[in-house]
This record gives sequence, structure tokens and C-alpha cells, in this order.
Amino acid sequence: MARRATILVVDDEPAIRRLLRTSLVGQGYDVIEAEDGSAALAAVEREKPDLVILDLGLPDLGGIAVIRSLRQRSTLPIIVLSVRDDERGKVEALDLGADDYVTKPFGVDELVARIRTALRHRFQAQGEKPLFVSGDLAIDLVRRSVRRGGEEVHLSPKEYDLLAELVANAGKVLTHRHILNKVWGPAHTEDAQYLRVFIRNLRHKLEPDPGRPQHILTEPGVGYRLREGA
Amino acid sequence: MPSADRTEHDQRPSPDALLEAAAQEGRGKLKIFLGAAPGVGKTYEMLLAAQAKLREGVDVVIGVVETHGRRETEALVAGFEAVPRRQVDYKGRTLAEMDLDRILLRRPQLVLVDELAHTNAPGGRHPKRYLDVEELLTAGIDVYTTLNIQHVESLNDVVAQITRIRVRETVPDSILDHAADIEVVDLSPEDLIQRLKEGKVYVPHQAERAVRHYFKPGNLTALRELALRRTAQRVDEQMLTYMRQHAISGPWAAGERVLVCVSEALEGGGLVRYAKRLADRLHAPWTALYVETARYHGMTEQERDRIADCLRLAEKLGGEAITIPGGRIADDVVSYAHANNITHIVLGKSERSRWFEMLHGSVVHDLVRRAGNISVHVIAGGGEGAVPAKTVATRERSEGVDPRPYVATVAIIVAALGVGLALKQFLSVQNIGLVFLTGILVSAIRFGLLPSLFACLVSVLVYNFFFLPPIYTFTIAHPENVVALFFFLIVAVIASNLAGRTREQVLTARSRARTTQELFAFSRKLAGIGTLDDLLWATVYQIASMLKVRVVLLLPTGVTIAVRAGYPPEDQLDEADLAAAQWTWEHNRAAGRGADTLPGAKRLFLPLRTGRAPIGVLGIDRDEPGPPLTPDGRRLLDALADQAAVAIERITLVEDIDRARVTAETERLRVALLTSVSHDLRTPLASIIGSLTSLRSYGKSYDDATRETLMATIQAEAERLNRFIGNLLDMTRLEAGAIELKPEPEELAEIVGTALQRAGKLLAEHRVAVDLAPDLPLVRVDYLLLEQALFNLLDNAAKYAPPGTLVRIAARREAASVAIEVSDEGPGIPTSDLERIFDKFYRVKQQDRQRAGTGLGLAICRGFVAAMGGTITAANRSDRSGAVFTIRLPAVSAAAAVEAAF
Repeated sequence: MARRATILVVDDEPAIRRLLRTSLVGQGYDVIEAEDGSAALAAVEREKPDLVILDLGLPDLGGIAVIRSLRQRSTLPIIVLSVRDDERGKVEALDLGADDYVTKPFGVDELVARIRTALRHRFQAQGEKPLFVSGDLAIDLVRRSVRRGGEEVHLSPKEYDLLAELVANAGKVLTHRHILNKVWGPAHTEDAQYLRVFIRNLRHKLEPDPGRPQHILTEPGVGYRLREGA
Repeated sequence: MPSADRTEHDQRPSPDALLEAAAQEGRGKLKIFLGAAPGVGKTYEMLLAAQAKLREGVDVVIGVVETHGRRETEALVAGFEAVPRRQVDYKGRTLAEMDLDRILLRRPQLVLVDELAHTNAPGGRHPKRYLDVEELLTAGIDVYTTLNIQHVESLNDVVAQITRIRVRETVPDSILDHAADIEVVDLSPEDLIQRLKEGKVYVPHQAERAVRHYFKPGNLTALRELALRRTAQRVDEQMLTYMRQHAISGPWAAGERVLVCVSEALEGGGLVRYAKRLADRLHAPWTALYVETARYHGMTEQERDRIADCLRLAEKLGGEAITIPGGRIADDVVSYAHANNITHIVLGKSERSRWFEMLHGSVVHDLVRRAGNISVHVIAGGGEGAVPAKTVATRERSEGVDPRPYVATVAIIVAALGVGLALKQFLSVQNIGLVFLTGILVSAIRFGLLPSLFACLVSVLVYNFFFLPPIYTFTIAHPENVVALFFFLIVAVIASNLAGRTREQVLTARSRARTTQELFAFSRKLAGIGTLDDLLWATVYQIASMLKVRVVLLLPTGVTIAVRAGYPPEDQLDEADLAAAQWTWEHNRAAGRGADTLPGAKRLFLPLRTGRAPIGVLGIDRDEPGPPLTPDGRRLLDALADQAAVAIERITLVEDIDRARVTAETERLRVALLTSVSHDLRTPLASIIGSLTSLRSYGKSYDDATRETLMATIQAEAERLNRFIGNLLDMTRLEAGAIELKPEPEELAEIVGTALQRAGKLLAEHRVAVDLAPDLPLVRVDYLLLEQALFNLLDNAAKYAPPGTLVRIAARREAASVAIEVSDEGPGIPTSDLERIFDKFYRVKQQDRQRAGTGLGLAICRGFVAAMGGTITAANRSDRSGAVFTIRLPAVSAAAAVEAAF
């Protein structure tokens, strides 16, 4: 990337801010910090960062309110820092427009991978790559063809729609509700069993070992994520 | 041992005796100065004794002392502090009563209370002074008091017979029995008469003549003997008590038992007192028995009250009171006596007419004939009013004659007349009598004896008027018709009598059956109730609906007592009622409306107790003025209250036990938690801090591999710490009931995959096999909870099964559920631990070492699985060593809706 991306870190814990600053600067990002929601909103106005890492448990506004406020004015990528047992908070954040989440305690490698994915989606938002390749899997969105190890895989139309949605957001987590809405329509956002059955079918057709999926990953309690190609 | 031949048991002090001694502890001591008659100098003696105490430094005050203007007495009084009396206005006069509350507040060591048998002016706390004294004793204050022998309850009739004056103010014998000391103040009859003549004996003006009659030498000698004998008997008792407390084998209670038969006759009270004296002389337990026959329902309220009062008097005098249903009184009494080893039966001489006895037989004769080796004492009637006032007054039944049966009876006779007139051509005059007889029987069966006798009368007149020539007159022409009419009358009376009695018996049986049934239903209901609130509610509701009264039920809360249930619902009592309830609770006696104590309260309060202890207080009230209960109601209430008390006691005991168990369990968990937290938090922290300090200090000198090892250690230990904290949080959520279930139809393979992925590092050294049946239905679970449960099972397997062995996850469909098995090839679980391993902080101990772990993982498994409506069990493998855990979860029926999604 030509210019160094600027990342705003919003967390009330100085130790976490210090860790993130050290790790991210080491990875070649510029880092600015905010310790609460209102400071974060001010910093976004002032510094125009490329991405926000946002703790959900903020003392003043609360992470959810910050997301809502940010989404009213921009599509700035947001990665949420959350804790275990707060799946509801994660899903709400994602449904409000956050791009991804990392659960505390987290590995820095995992966080950096999420940042890269989010930044790439931001810069690519307009021109999608028509071809997705990951391992032995090759998906051509233009020709609607799915190949595994060079062999054409036959998918039902809904299976293909589901896969296409995952491919379009490769590397990003998609909530159940988001997928159901996109693939089955707004009337079916609560019909989680559709999703279970189709994910199982897709895995049987695409995964070498459906019991231990390598491509279509489960985000427990939140949704699914298609692993990006190497 | 010299006394080796005596068994240990014989020498043990009697528990009853020790209990009684314990009950006396903390109570004040009562000393009674007992005199044969007024004027013997009891008050004077009491004051002398009190002065001696005063000199010893005892804090003595005068509660009440009547000097009656005698100078010697007044001189003695002067030396004491007297608690001011309470002025009570009563019927225009001002009476000075002892101020109980002020004495209780003053709390002296010893208080002097003259005239124990005194009746207090209305409006005080107690109607009788001896009740005041009881309260003083209960408060731990010693009391000196004076009493004349004629006021002792059980001697009341004897004294009345001797002196021909019945004293209304009596003191129960138990007061004497429980007195620490009795001193007889004795004066020879001659000296006493001399003193009377000198005007040294206080005599109220209005009773002067009677009193003169009273002070005859013969009377006084008899009274003196009574006083001395009663004291001697008391000394005898003290001796016995002493012997029993000190386990000296002695001559008491040689198997004698006294039974007194109570009837509605007037002499009941005298009979009971006689039985009490007899039993005391024999040192025998005694029982008052009433045989309730069908006649009971024909009795007036006064008669019923007399029976209830006799039974209550027996209880008050220390006997047992029993009612049994029966038919022939003599048979029932004798069979009861035989069944209970009775040796003496006391009963009253019948005052019935010879005619009655010829018809019904004499109970006395029957009894004497059948009693066998039981002594039968037949006692003559003891004059009027022998039964003392009731402790709890009860309401009179509104008697009044109901005219309806008579109107109906007239209608029946008119109908019979109609039939008779219609049949006149076909039947002889004599046979028409049968038509009327039928009418009379109908009346008897429908309405009972009195209306049917009325029917007899009306029938005879009508029959005569309309059918016996000359008709339409009340005269009879033919002598044979006179005879016919006469026999018609006899047959009619006997038939109506029999029919009427049958009806009464049926009614008695029916009402008894109904009551019994209701009581039985109530007890069954009580047995099924699990919580105290439900129980109290059921109790008040039952009492209210069976007795048609308003009920409140109070239970103790610490030292006071508070309303716990009411029907109709009631939360608060006013001041007076609360005081009465509190008094009832503290003294275990009835108080309030219709009772001796605090009769000003709106409700009647009765203690609720079991054989073991007082439980609470019942308050009864109704809109009509007067005592709130009928005698029948009172008896029914006792039955209900007894059942309720036992049930309440059962539940409070269960609650106590539960509380104790929970406390013990909490304590165990607290200790386990501390151990666990200190160990399981510190161990990983020690590794982390150790590795970090090592890296910072010597990192530069280490080669890459060493640094990598140290850093891997830090990461692994930090992750372990994270898991432990996760477990603690899960446990806390489980215990707080804060698990938020989000059950959805889920793909089991997916959950297994996630769990395996997360446990990947832990199982790095094990082989893992997954074997999920291809036809598995979706399961309706919370994804995260099941994933955590599976993860914990995998974690457990990794810990206990040695490296290199196989850990296997299998799932299959079972009827309506899905079974998931996690099995390992470790040492398995000791059989005795199979259930306990799911307990919090429980860890299987293996030989010398304990595995690193929190003892929480399996407890969380069970908690989570249970929250999702599933079960988890542990077992050992049958094919080889190793443990197998099985989770069973309800399956989701194959959703047809899914098909629609294609």
C-alpha cells in the first residue's frame, strides 16, 4: 500500500491501547488513541482514520452507540473488540454495520488479519474480484462456476446464492441474519434452520472433511466466515 | 461395684423429673402462706418472713397487701417499698388493683402479693390475680402470697359441703403443685374464734351473718385438717420429685389409673375434682371420659357446654380429657377401661327416674356388673353450679323454634285427611287410622321427634273429629272406638319416637361423617403441600370455610409474632389484638375476645401447638357480637388446629434441615473455591511470570529454540488461565440462573467441529476420531453452551487419558433424542465417583497425585446440558479401560419447512 493506513484505537484500558499501539506500529500502521466514545467520535472528525478498532464496553456512550453514530456519516471500517459471552453484543454491532469482531483475549496475529481484510474490502468496495481462489477451490462469479480440484461442482441455485454471498465478503464474518436476509429475503431472517441445512450441504460438496471445515468457518453464536485465499 | 445387680436404667433420673426441674429454672419461686380460714394471720406471717429477707439484703417490694386496718400488720408494712397500685374505675367505684406492669418494670427480686384468689376488676390484663402471679414468676421474680384453703380448686366442693358456703374465687391446684414452698399458718379454732370476737378478723359488713356461721368450731377444725392434709400431700409430692430426680427407687405410681365418666348432668365438676383427689392420693394418672352417643345432638347448649367444661376442667386439673363415640355407655366405658388398664372408675349417681331406668337400663348398674376387677366409685351429686366458668366462653346457639316443620306436618295430616275421606267408603274406620299413622311416620322421618309428636296430637284430634262417630264432634260414641283411639295413640307415639330417633342417629352419623371427611381431606391436602405459605393459606382457608369465621394465623419472627396468613386476607392487627396474640404466644394460653385474658381484643387468639412445642397463634373473629365460637366449632377448631400445627412443624423442620444442609454445602464450596482459585490461578501465573522474567533478564543469551519454548509456555499458560476464568464465569452464571438460552435447530457436526478446533492444542498429543451417524437430525440447542460442554469433555479426556491414546466423539440417533458420546482410553472413573464427578470442585484422586484442573468442567457440562433439557451421564467403557460420557439431547423432527427453501 502506498500510504500508511491510520487506525483509531478506542478502549478505556491503557494496557490494551499500549499493546495495540506497539503491535500495530510494528506492523506499519499509524495509530491514534481515544479512551471513550465521545473522544472517539471527535477523533474520527478530526483525524479521518482509515479504520476504527472499537471496544464495546466503553464507559460513556457504549460501543453500540458509537457504531450507530459513525454509520450515520461514513462507511469507515469498524472492528469490534468484545468479550466472551457477549454474542448478543457482537451480533448487534455487526448488524448495525461493524465490519468484524475480535474476542478478548485475542492474538495480535488474528487482529492484524482482520484489519487487512477490512482495509482491503474498503479499498475494493467498488470493483469486486470476479474470481475467488482458495486452496483447491475456484469460484468464478461471472460464469457462475464452482470447481473443486478442477472438477465442476453442481450446486442448487440457493446453494450458489449462499456461496456467492460468502465469496463477496470473503474473510469477513457474516451474521446469520445478514445471510438469511440476502439469500432468502427479509421474511426469513429468523429461519436459522435453512442456513444450517444449506451450510451442511455446501460443506459436503466443497470441504475435504466436512467435520473439520477449512473453507466455510463457523463463528459460534454469530455467523459464518469464508476463509480467504492465500 | 456394690450395686452391680441394679441395672443402669433403674438408677437413671427420670427424664420427666429433670425436665420439670429445668422448666423451673429461670422462673421465680413461689411461696404460699396457706391458712385454714381468714384471720389466722397469713399476711402477718408473710410480712415477717419478708422482713427477714429484707434484712438479708434481698430487694423486696409490696405488690399488694391488705392490712384491713390492723395495726400490727400496718406496722410491718411500713418497712417496705410499695409499688403504687393502679386505680380502676368500676361501676362508679374506684378500685386499687395491683399494677402488674409497674412491678415488671421495677423488677424486684421478691414481691409480696396478698390474697392469691382475688378476682381483678374488669379491664386488667388478667381476670384473676393468680394469673398476674404466674406472669411475675415467668419473669423470674420471686413471689410471696397468701391463700385460704377454701379457694383451692379441687377442695372447692369439700369446703362447700363443710361450710355450706360456696366460694366462687378458686385457684387451680397446679399453682400449689408448682409452688416452691408452702407454709401453713396455723391457729387453733378456739384462738381464731377468740380473735374474731376481739374484732381482729376482717369481716365485710354485708356478709356478716354468713361469716359468723362459717366460724364454727366444727367448720374450722375440718378446714384446718384440709389445709394440713393438702400441705402434707404437697410435701409428699416434693419427696417423690426429689426421689425421682435423684433416681431413688420408690413407691410411686404403682400402675393405678383413674377414669372419670363425664355426663351432661350437673354434678360433673364435683366428679372431676373427686377423681383428681383420688388420683392424687393414689399417685395415679387420670382421665376424664365422655361417651358421645346419638343423644348428644338432642342436648341443649348448656348441657353440651357442661360436658366441654368438665373435660376442660379435667385438663386444667392435670388429667387427660377424651371423647369417644359410642352406643351403650356402660359397654364403651368398660372396654375403654380395659384397653387402658384403668383400675378405678368414678361416675355420678344417676338422678334419673325409676321409669327411665326401667326403659333404658341404669348405666351405674351395668357398669358395676361388668367392671370385673375395676373399682367403681359412685359419687352423689354435688349441688348446683359445680362447674367453674369456662376459660373460653362460647356462643349460644340461636335456638328458637323453627315453625316450618310444624306447618309441613299440618300439611301432611291434611293430606292424610284427604286420603282418609276419599277411602271412607272402602275402609273401616279403624283402618283409616293407618293412613294417619303413615302421615305421622313421614313427619317423624322428615322432621324428627317433636314435630312427629305434634303430628300424633293433631292426627288424634282430626281422626276423632272426622271419622269416629258422631263425626264432626270431639265426642266418641262407641266404647270400642275409645279403645281403638287409645291404641292408635300409643302406636303413633312409639312409632314416631322410633322413627324420630332413627332420624337423629342418621343425622348424627351424617354430620360426623361429613366432618370426618372434611378433616381427612384437609389432612391429605396438608400432606401434599410443600411450602409454608401454601400450608398457612390452606389452613386459614379451611378453618374459615368450615367454621364461617375470619381467621388470621401468626407465626413467630424472632421475639415477636406477626401475621403470616389470613382469610379473608389480613396483614395488620391493631394494637390490642397484637398484644393479645403476643400474650397468647408467650403464655401458650387463649386470650382476647371471650377468654380470661385481654377480653377487650377484637379477636379470640388460641395457641397453635404440637406435642413438642408451640408453633404459632390463631386468631378468630366474626361479625356477630359475643364469643366467636360455638362449642361444636371450638371442638372442630381444635381438631383442625392440631393437624395444621403438626404440618407446620413438619415444614419448618424440613426448612431448618434444608437450611443447615445448604449452609454446610456453602461452606464446603467456599473452601473448595478458595483452594481452587489460589491453586489454579497461581500455577499458570507462576509459569508466565517465571518465563517472562527469564526472557527479559537472559533473553539475549538464549538461543532461538529456548526463547521459542519459553514464549510457547507463556502463551499456553495464559490460555489455560483464560479457560479457568471462563469456567468460573460459566459456573457463576449457572448458579445465578443467568444462563441466557438461545436454542435453535443446530447442526451437531458443526458444533463438534468447533469444539474440536478449539481443543486442538489440548489434544495435540492424542489421536482423535469423529464418528457421526449420517442421518443425524438437527438438535435444538444453544450452540455455545453445547460447544462448551463438548469442549469441557474433550479437555477432561485430554487430562486423564495418556498421550497417544484415542479420544473418540460419536453421535447417533436414539428414538426422539440424539446421543453424543465422548470416550477415552484412560484409566476410567472409580465406580464410587461416577455420580460425584459432576459435583463442583470434585476431582478424582489417582494414587498420589491430583490432575491439574479446576473441578468445574464437568459441573458446567451438567449444568449446561440440563439447561438445554438434556442429560449427561458418566460410565466406564465395557470393552476396555476408559471413561465414556454420554450427552442426550432432544432431536428436532425433520423440518419439512426446510424443503421449501430449495
